[in-house]
Order: sequence, then structure tokens, then C-alpha cells
Amino acid sequence: MLDYVMAFLVGGLICALGQILMDFTPLNPAHVLVIFVTLGAILSGLGLYQPLVDLAGAGATVPLPGFGHTLVKGVIEEVNKSGALGILTGGLKSAAAGITAAIVFGYIMSLIFNPKPK
Amino acid sequence: MAIKKLGAQTVKFQNPPSIIGTATVVGPVEGKGPLREYFDLILSDFKFQEKSWEKAEKKMLKEAVEMAIKKSGIPSDKIDYFIAGDLLNQIISASFAARELGFPFLGIFGACSTVAEGLGIGAMIIDGGYADHIVVGTSSHFCSAERQFRFPLELGNQRPPTAQRTVTGAGAAVLSNKNQNPRITYVTTGKVIDMGAADPNDMGSAMAPAAVDTIVTHLEDSKLTPEDYDLIVTGDLASVGKDIAQKLLLQRGIDISNKYTDCGLMIYSPEQDVHAGGSGCACAAVVTFGYILNEMQKGKYNRVLLVATGALMNSTVVQQGETIPCIAHAITIENL
Amino acid sequence: MSKITQGQKEYLQLVNSLKPKPPYLKNIIMAFLVGGLICLLGQFILNFYVSIGLDIEKEAPSATSATLVFLGSFLTGLGVYDQIGKRAGAGSIVPITGFANSIVAPAMEFKSEGYVFGVAAKMFVVAGPVLVYGITTSALIGLIYYFLKL
Repeated sequence: MLDYVMAFLVGGLICALGQILMDFTPLNPAHVLVIFVTLGAILSGLGLYQPLVDLAGAGATVPLPGFGHTLVKGVIEEVNKSGALGILTGGLKSAAAGITAAIVFGYIMSLIFNPKPK
Repeated sequence: MAIKKLGAQTVKFQNPPSIIGTATVVGPVEGKGPLREYFDLILSDFKFQEKSWEKAEKKMLKEAVEMAIKKSGIPSDKIDYFIAGDLLNQIISASFAARELGFPFLGIFGACSTVAEGLGIGAMIIDGGYADHIVVGTSSHFCSAERQFRFPLELGNQRPPTAQRTVTGAGAAVLSNKNQNPRITYVTTGKVIDMGAADPNDMGSAMAPAAVDTIVTHLEDSKLTPEDYDLIVTGDLASVGKDIAQKLLLQRGIDISNKYTDCGLMIYSPEQDVHAGGSGCACAAVVTFGYILNEMQKGKYNRVLLVATGALMNSTVVQQGETIPCIAHAITIENL
Repeated sequence: MSKITQGQKEYLQLVNSLKPKPPYLKNIIMAFLVGGLICLLGQFILNFYVSIGLDIEKEAPSATSATLVFLGSFLTGLGVYDQIGKRAGAGSIVPITGFANSIVAPAMEFKSEGYVFGVAAKMFVVAGPVLVYGITTSALIGLIYYFLKL
């Protein structure tokens, strides 16, 4: 039960932080996403993001900083396993599911549906 | 010696050209707004049976032009010029409509001020004796403008309260040297004004100083006062820009508050989810040709100052950090 | 214009004092609630995949991401996601479902320009920068890690 509460709280807080950046600074959503993914990667590199994932589960992996974390985690694992080549292969290897799903589902949805003006 | 020119930027016509026929086409959202009774054709869908938003926009403009000519009673082979513009790159709605209409075509770009620019140029050509009948038209479409200037329709982003909604619609008017009402009596051509605003989600604030500059110049040049007008209407400053314009005019000692309104505010009702109000080439066009001219015919207004405003930028220069240059053209329409 | 004049400066101050502000508190609360709920849903999905035997380190998180991406794409296709986004702001932009939305929305929008230069080329107008910065940062971190390890 606690994992659900923590996922909700931490995930919500990360999104609220994004909203604060969007409303109080001239940054637009694309800027915020880029900042978040970069920040997640850096925190992960410093070893600070994994504890958040251990604490909040999906609350830390579902928001975009979690995507940066997934990339870095994969890179570090591959460097440990196969040396320098891991710098180039690790990131996409561990994020493959999300990226491939986004491309494939994105393509299919755009074939099926049309944009609807409101 | 330019005998018809007054002061720095204004023209006064010797034989004021008349507006003998107008037509308006609007989209579904505008068709639910407070002015719906005044429009000739309200579309039930945004595509107008076409394959793309761009094609729909061109079709609206063509439809409006054909209707306006029909209502004017002038045979279409008597049209000397077609003057039109829109918001899309290389004004494709106007030129593609012209491709089908077959009139000698002058394409113009003034962003949302296009309707006043077109009426001004058309009236000058007629009073100059170079034409008997000219049709002026403009169009804009919410969906074609969104994808060119902003984001895809289905992107889940939030709009700030200063954002405006591009009006889906087209308006056209036939100008003539016939001796009838209503007429265009003065044209004040605006200068490009840039007060440093750079937020593409806040066009009203960017354009307000241009409207103020043109109104002040118009009053100086023509020696008219706000009391001479029954209605002063700006193009599409919407709620934010209108308040600012009113404040700036008061600072210059000009009070128009009792007769001032804005096309961007008139076209939608406050309950409609349009943030600050309407914008786009069609906004001032459908409000003027739909509502204002109708009410002038009924005698509610006899002298109206239309000050259509435009923001002259594209998304490339906004991304390069440029501030937004703006313009406003004023047209006096009156029953003599 | 590169230099802001005194008049422009004063005008921008006037604009700032007059222009309506977004409803800050409401926006933040909505972003918190919706963002939290999407993550809560993510946790449900994650726990489900773990319960059917996927490994919690790698397989289950990957499957969870793919599932959320599918949901985000599908709701975008149905024309629902932008309605959520209008109210939730960052609450539906920051989760991975928002990443999916940012891919599907332009892909659908530019279908009228064809399947190569429209759908495929425009797919990454918003999501592309996220991949560029995410992947580049991770490779740089990998490089630093590699040399620290030596």
C-alpha cells in the first residue's frame, strides 16, 4: 500500500515542480521536458536518483527524469559489462521499450486517427 | 502635390468609395458566438468538405468573395481587382482563391490588419480613378494557423490567459464608385511599431501601441475628435490589449471609453473557452462586414473608425528572440 | 531589435502590471493531482507485471513504460489527451504518457503532408529534443564514469 502512496506523492511533486517552472519562468513545455530528462540523467550519474526510485517506484520512473535515469543506468551497466563501447550502447538498450513503443504506437495511432479541432 | 492627403499618414477621399456588397463565412465556434445572426454562412465542421485545413480556408475565402459579388449585384466580369491576404505562409489562401476566381489579383499581407489594409488600398484605387469595382477579402482558420504558428491540435499543452483564438472564417466586400452608403471616407495607414513585446502568447499587448499610434495620428490628421464617431473598434486586441490601449490613450488625453470596443471581444462570448478573445485576419473582417455594416445600414451607427491591428512576425524570428513588430491601419466608414 | 529602449522598458513594465496571471495555485494543484494519479497508475501496472513474473529490475519497468506509452498514444488519438492537458498542464506533460502525446500529436497533425515528410518527419518535433539531450547527457556521464573507473 505504501508504494502506491509514495508513487502518487513523489510523481505528483515532480509534476508540480514542472508546472512551477512553466508558470513562473518563460520556459515552455518543451524546455521543461529537456531540463527534466537532463536533470534526471545527471542526478542518476551522481547516484542520487536510484534512492528516489527505491523510495517511490513508478513515482520516480514514470515522470521524464526517470527516462534520463533509465538511460544513464543502462550506460553504466554496459560500461561495467563491455567497457568503452557501453557508453554508446547502454542508454538506448535500456530505454528501448519506451522509445520503440512511442514510435510504433505513435505511427499506428496517426494512421488510424485524425486531429479533432475543439 | 498630393491633394487628397491630410497630415502625416491620412488620406481623405474626394469621392468616397462605397461598400456595395459584403459576405461572411465563419466556423462552428464563431457560429455559436453572440454575432451568429449576422453571418451569411456558418460551417458545421472545420474542414468544409475539404481534405485539409488549408483547403478549407481557401474555400471559405472563395465562397465569401462569390457571395459578396452576388449580393452587390455587379456582374463578376466587372470586377477590376481582387485584393486579398491571409495568415498562411506566402498568403496561399488568398492566391489559391484567386487562382480559381480569375480576377486581376493584388496579394497583401498585414496579418490581422489585412482587412483594413485591403479596404484602404482598394478605396484609394477607386477614388484615384483606376477602377470601378474592387473586391477585398481575407480569411483565417484556427487549425491552419495553430499548426503554422503554434502546436499540433492534439498536443496536451496549456494556454496562458493572454492567448487568443484564431477566428475561423472569411469576409469579403465589394467596393465601388457608385454613389451610395456606407462609404469609406478616410484611411490612415499605420507605421510599424515595436514596443519590445516578444511573447507570442500575448499578441494583444504587442499590438496595442500600434493601435494607439494610429488612432492618435488619425485624429490629428483628420481633425476629427472621438465625439465625431459613433463607434471606434480595434481589430483584435482582445481583453488584455484593449485595456492597455484604452489606458495608453488616456495617458495621451484621449478618452474613447464610451464608444470603444474590440472585434476580438465581440466575436466570442465570455463563456466560450477562448482565453483573451479572438484574433486572425478573419476576426476584424467578419465583425466589420457582418455586424458593423449591417448595423450601419439600419442606422445604429453612422460613422465608425475601424482600426485593424496586426502582428508582423513568424515563428522563425520569434525563436531567434526577435521582438514583435506590429501595425494598425484605420478606416473611417460612414453614411453620408 | 537588439537594444531595448527606455520607452520599451516602461511599456513592458506596464504590460506586466496589467496582464492577467495564470491561476498559479490551481495549476500547481491540478499538476500534482493528475501527475500523481498517472504515476499511481504506473505503480499498479508495475506491480501487475511483477506479479505475473516479470523481473522487477528490468522487464517490469520496461513493460510498464511501453504500456503507459500505449495509453498516452491511444488517448491522444481519441482526442482526449489534449483535454486532460488543458487542465493538468505539467501533470500530463511530464509523465511518459506526455512524451507519447508529444509524438502522436504532430504525427497526426501533419498526416496531410504525407507519410514521409508529414507523419514520420514531424513525429519528433517535440520529443526529438528530449531524446537528443537525454541520450547525449547519458553518454557523457558514461564517458566520465568510464575514465573514473580506470
